[in-house]
This record gives sequence, C-alpha cells and structure tokens, in this order.
Amino acid sequence: MKYISKIYIALVFLILYIPILVLMLFSFNKTSNTGAFDGFSLYWYRELFKSPETFTALKNTLILAVSASLISTVIGTTAAVGMVKMKSRFFRSLVNSITNVPMMNPEIVTGISMMLLFVAIGTIVNAADKLSFWTLLISHVTFCLPYVILSVMPRVKAMDKSIPEAAMDLGCTPLQSFFKVELPMIMPGIVTGMIMAFTLSLDDFVISYFTNGNDFQTLPLMIYSMTKKEVKPDIYALSTLMIIAITVLLILSNFSGSKGEMEKKRHERMLAKAAKKQNHQAFAESKGK
Amino acid sequence: MKKFFSKGTAVAAPHLVWCVLFIVAPLLFVLYYSFTDTSGAFTLENMQSLSDYSDIFLTTIEMSIISTFGCFIIGYPLAYFISRSSEKQKKVYMVLLMLPMWTNLLIRTYSMMAILDDGGFFNTLLLSLELAPVHIVGTKGAVIFGMIYDFFPYMVLPIYTAITKIDHRVIEAASDLGCNGMQIMTRVILPLSRSGIISGITMVFVSSISTFYISQKLGGGTFELIGDTIERQFQSPSTYHIGASISLVMMILILISLAVMNRFSDEEENSAARSRIGK
Repeated sequence: MKYISKIYIALVFLILYIPILVLMLFSFNKTSNTGAFDGFSLYWYRELFKSPETFTALKNTLILAVSASLISTVIGTTAAVGMVKMKSRFFRSLVNSITNVPMMNPEIVTGISMMLLFVAIGTIVNAADKLSFWTLLISHVTFCLPYVILSVMPRVKAMDKSIPEAAMDLGCTPLQSFFKVELPMIMPGIVTGMIMAFTLSLDDFVISYFTNGNDFQTLPLMIYSMTKKEVKPDIYALSTLMIIAITVLLILSNFSGSKGEMEKKRHERMLAKAAKKQNHQAFAESKGK
Repeated sequence: MKKFFSKGTAVAAPHLVWCVLFIVAPLLFVLYYSFTDTSGAFTLENMQSLSDYSDIFLTTIEMSIISTFGCFIIGYPLAYFISRSSEKQKKVYMVLLMLPMWTNLLIRTYSMMAILDDGGFFNTLLLSLELAPVHIVGTKGAVIFGMIYDFFPYMVLPIYTAITKIDHRVIEAASDLGCNGMQIMTRVILPLSRSGIISGITMVFVSSISTFYISQKLGGGTFELIGDTIERQFQSPSTYHIGASISLVMMILILISLAVMNRFSDEEENSAARSRIGK
C-alpha cells in the first residue's frame, strides 16, 4: 500500500511536470525546433531581451499589479471592517453575495460584462480610446476585491471588540483607535489579501483580454499574442523566466519557517506599544484637565 | 430602514459604490445587450438564435463533465495519498501542486500543445522508438486532456483540505467496529470529505465550461466551445448582442449547477474560493 501510494504520487506529479520541464529544456535549444534538442544555447533569451516589447510588458504588468493590489486592499479592508459592523443582516448578506459575484462567475463573463459597460460609457462620453489602462485597472480591482475581503473578514470577526472600545475609553478618537489598534490587529489578513490580489492581477489573462486597450499590454496578453503566431522558442524563454520567478516566490513563502509565529509576536508587541502610548496620552490629558 | 444606514454602511461605502458600478451595472449591461438589437430596440431575436448554438452548448457541457469526472478520479486518490504522508512530505507535495496552479494557464496549455503537436516532443520520441506517431492536437480527447491537466490542482486542493480535517478517531472507530479498508473509504472518508469534493467539482466544472484558450490551442483551431463562441462574438461590435445572450445563458446554467451542488454541501459558502487561496 505504501509503495502504491508513492508510485501514484510520483506518476501524477511526473505527468504534471513533464510539459513544464520540456518547455524549459527547449528554451535553451539552439534552433527553433521544438521536437528535438539540437544543442544548448541562450539564443532565445537574447532574442527575448532584444525586443523592447518584453520590458514594456513587464513594466506594465508590475504597474498594474501594484496599483490594483493597493486599491483593492484599501477598498477591501474598509469593506470588511464596515460589513462586520453592519446592523442589518439581510443587507450584509446581500453585499456579501454581490461581492462574491466576480469570484463565482466564470472569468469570461466578468470580462465581457465589464467590457460592455466600458464600451457603453466610452460611447456616451465619446472617448477616443474606450478601453485603456484605466479600464484594465478597474477590472483588476473588481476581481481582486472579493479575495481581499475574504482574507481580511475573518480577522475582523475574530478581533476582540472590547480592545478598540478600551482604546476609545482611554481617550482615542474612533479614527485613532482604528489606525492604532484595529489596523495592526487585522494586518496579517490585509497582507495576505494584498499578496493574493497582487498575484491574481499578475496572472490574469481572460479578464484583461476583454478590458485592455491597444496601448497597454501586459505579459499574459503578450504571451497570448505570441502564441497566436508560429511556434517560436522565445515564448519558452519568457515562460521559463516566469516559472522560475514563481517557484522562488512560492518556496520563499512556504518554507520561511515560523514566519507566522514571528508575525504574531511582532503583533503583540505592537499592541502593547499602542496601549502604552494611549495610557500616556490619557494620563497627560487627565493631568491637563 | 434606519438599519441600512448604520456606521458600518458608511465605512463600507467606497466598496458599495464600487459594487454597484462595476459588478451590478456590468451584469445589467449583459442583460440589456441580450434583449436588444444593434439599434437598441427590444428584441427576442438573440434568444431565438441561441438554438443555433445548442450543439456547441451540449458538446461543451459534455466535455466539461468528462473533464470534471477525470479530475476527480485522478485527484481523489492523490489527495488521499498526500494526506497520509509525513508532515515534511506534505509540505513538499503542496508546493509541487501549487506551482502549476500559479503558473499562467497560457504557458501550461501552450507547453502541453507544443509537446503533443504532430512535430512535437512526444511524436519525435515515438518516432525515435520506431513507433507510429499519433495525431493528438485537434481531437476532442486532446481538449479534454488539456482541461484535466490545467484544472486538476483545483480538484486536489479542496479534497485534500477536507480529508485532513477528518478526525482520525472516527476512522479508528470504524475499523474497531469491523470495517475493512474499502468500507472505511466508502462509508467514512468519502462522505466526510464531501464538502471538498463539491468545491473541487464546482471549480473544475466552471473553469472547464468557460475556457477558450485550451480549445483554441489543443483543439488546433478546428474545435469550438462556448468560450470560443463568446470570444468570437466580441471581436466586432455588431455581434456583441448575440455574444451577451450566449454569456447570459451560460451564466444561468452555471448558477443552476452551483445551486444544485450547494444542496449537497453543508459547508459554509466560499469554501471553493477559500481553497483557491490555500486556506
């Protein structure tokens, strides 16, 4: 039984990885032959880096991913905090269901629905470019939002409500108590959500395909237009580089030991610090009176 | 009514506005386009012409069901075996499983196509072994295989999560009470991992039914699924309307299947999404 399970796991992973490994191998091929290996060369990597298009696409992808993850994190965090505080249960579950629509709907439907909206608005305001960086950004924020809320919400729910109350009793304004007490407490959820949004935006093809303008190309879109043409190993080279980047990120995030523990400790320290500060402030205020 | 305008509503206001503008409004536009013609007048023509696409609909549904089933058959044993490995191995297996998931779908599909192509790695290998080459790309089987290959991790992860949540004492109790290995599997582990199975099935099915890149590449351009049809309609503004109505029908089909699946699941909602982000 032990052997069967080992062999089975190995076999499945082998099949899962063969295409990726073959692709990596042929990115180092001397010729454009994708059937047989003719010799090692970095020719396709040089070709790839020769074209300015690659760097523009990389830059665009990063700009988009950073802005989409930042905006969706801010909106998503306020949404999670606000939704927990909502009094009407019906309204809360309604908002929750609407938020989850982009997550449940097939990507192609989200893509075309936003495209229809942008095209209609573009026609009304008579814009020259109906689809642009801005429409792409809006669509990315929209499909990232549910994931941010999904990772922040449990933190907000699990937070002890008496702590921000205590902060306010000790003289914090509601805003101060939010930034100094609540925010540090839900920070791990916010960070997870932001990373999630960043990677989702980086990886997205389908929704971008329908909402991008001609003058703003991202890496996935570039790969798509490259694969529409004849097979050339420069796609392999680009893919290999992307896979290596993802592998490094994934290994770092999974094997960075007791990162969660450290986070927890840092967190407790911050809380203690905040409480101390509030104490001093309250003390000073009471003295001033 | 006062309840609706609590402090929470005020804090969540930016999100609420965003939802209305960019989630609800786009869906209303799909609805609007489905029932209008190019001049903007109300029409049922789009809906009537949908019958032309019923073959594509049926093929897509059929292939999605096959690929979902395939993912389950291959994925369940894998999830089970991984869950019985040592802690250290589990971590390695999880990274191995997540890596393809985080690799762009285009890259995965494209590499699969490059391997299976007539002059690709697989056929060259067959030739060098003096076997007859096989024509794979462009067949229905290749597209189904591509779907299984691409969406397979979405099946394994939620099932794995559900199996690891099972209290081990329940399994011990079953074996104490005289269950053999097979009975433990069918009567204890399978039913208790139901929520994971349902999440997995939902995710693979929704992804398969709406794909268009896989069929373009592995179907060799001879094959059309609903996703391809929708994508084609959105190439020129004159066919937006018919494209919108096909999307609407697909969305309704998926909503119905989600509702049916949810009836079998007693788990909280979002479990599919949760497993996607690895929680």
